[in-house]
Amino acid sequence: MIDWQGYIGLILDGAAVTAELTVMGAALAVVAAFAAGLGRVSRYWPLRALATVYIEFFRGTSIFVQLFWVYFVLPFAGITLQPLQAGVLALGLNVGAYAAEVVRGAILAVPRDQIEACVALNLTRGQRMRNVILPQALPLMLPTFGNNAIELLKGTAVVSLISLKDMTFQAQVVRAQTGSTLIPFATILVLYFLFASLIGWAMRRLERRVTRGLDGVRA
Amino acid sequence: MPAPIIRIDNLRKTFGALTVLDGLSFDVAPGEKLALIGPSGSGKTTILRILMTLESISGGHIEVCGEQLYHMPKGAALVPADEAHLHRMRRHIGMVFQHFNLFPHKSVLDNITLAPMLTKGEPRAKAEARAMELLDMVGLADKARAMPAQLSGGQKQRAAIARALALQPRIMLFDEVTSALDPELVEEVLLVMKRLAAETDMTMLLVTHEMGFAHEFADRVLFFDRGQIVEQGPPDRIFTAPSEPRTQAFLRKIIAAGHRV
Ligand SMILES: Nc1ncnc2c1ncn2[C@@H]1O[C@H](COP(=O)(O)OP(=O)(O)OP(=O)(O)O)[C@@H](O)[C@H]1O
Ligand SMILES: [Mg+2]
Repeated sequence: MIDWQGYIGLILDGAAVTAELTVMGAALAVVAAFAAGLGRVSRYWPLRALATVYIEFFRGTSIFVQLFWVYFVLPFAGITLQPLQAGVLALGLNVGAYAAEVVRGAILAVPRDQIEACVALNLTRGQRMRNVILPQALPLMLPTFGNNAIELLKGTAVVSLISLKDMTFQAQVVRAQTGSTLIPFATILVLYFLFASLIGWAMRRLERRVTRGLDGVRA
Repeated sequence: MPAPIIRIDNLRKTFGALTVLDGLSFDVAPGEKLALIGPSGSGKTTILRILMTLESISGGHIEVCGEQLYHMPKGAALVPADEAHLHRMRRHIGMVFQHFNLFPHKSVLDNITLAPMLTKGEPRAKAEARAMELLDMVGLADKARAMPAQLSGGQKQRAAIARALALQPRIMLFDEVTSALDPELVEEVLLVMKRLAAETDMTMLLVTHEMGFAHEFADRVLFFDRGQIVEQGPPDRIFTAPSEPRTQAFLRKIIAAGHRV
């Protein structure tokens, strides 16, 4: 008879690592997305160039390669990261690059007449962005941000490459030790689905909050 | 004769190959109420947008309140204005748009207080007190907490007028402020503007297809065609005895289309 309780405990330890990577990666991704998204619409060309290079690089290479570089190559440049730090950095920057395009698209989707009203009211560029454009762009970003967060969750499984024991890694360990495929993989199936549902629920709540009062204004 | 508050001198504006304004010149006296009329595409909106710095100019000079709008002095020469100069000059000018352009995510009150608080650093209490006075004037005191989406078109436009007034500009630009409204809502907006014209010494430039209103509102009417002033004068003369054939033809067509003169 197999001691399933212990093995499920291993998988739950892995789930904690997955959750940690997802939450911290998402936090970094949001920062990177706004920095690069605003950089893309900046009137200063060096900022635009920098943001474009970042976005194209991280979208144009795989997360697998990025993680490898962050963990195994950066030490040659004198930067050594803990596995968790490396995982958060690679995942956050990767997803942030996709989300940056969402930020940029949402900013550009705010109607031009809103900006003209700001000019007529003599707001500075910074005041326009903070008080008028971003508050209207945010509701447009959130649904795609939710998808990005779920992509991030699913992407966390690559960290086994740098010896982090996330839940996919643990499921494989359990499978190797018990010879059972069904139970460990059914367990992580349910766990991934629960995590994704939680993200979806949180995003819907956030969306309802930021669109309050805007109903009937835009689809 | 006081010095003009606006001086447009040899203004040129092109959009690509299309020349919209070609050597346009006119002055506006402080406090003057000016109506700009003319056929569609004659450049009326473009003139207002240029005064609001929403377009660039292709040539010529504009002076507002004694200073160049699109140029600034550098030594003895005039160079194109930078954003800081434009920002400084915009204090003098406000604009009300055809489609209101209210901020949909802010209440009527917040729409009005936003700019005074940000650009003049007014404390909220002071900005709100002034906003309530303005809402009272435009008959919307009970809508202060409403969101723009909850207002009728006429109410939106009155809120937008209050918002523009909150900065107390010396010059106000109105671009067809009633043409996006249902006919039964036009009157309430015109009423507010008539009161405004009678009660303030603000300089007002009005683009409109409402000839009856232009007649009542304006001290002077400019009739435009293809970016040129074809004829100008007091409304009584322009509307009853226009001397230019093009003005006559335009007014005939407007009357035939059912507009009152
Ligand atoms: N952004 C633009 N790009 C290209 N052409 C433009 C632009 N804005 C205006 N035009 C052109 O400039 C001309 C003058 O336009 P404008 O909007 O000033 O006319 P208007 O007198 O206000 O007409 P209406 O009575 O229809 O509002 C038109 O031929 C118009 O098509
Ligand atoms: Mg127009």
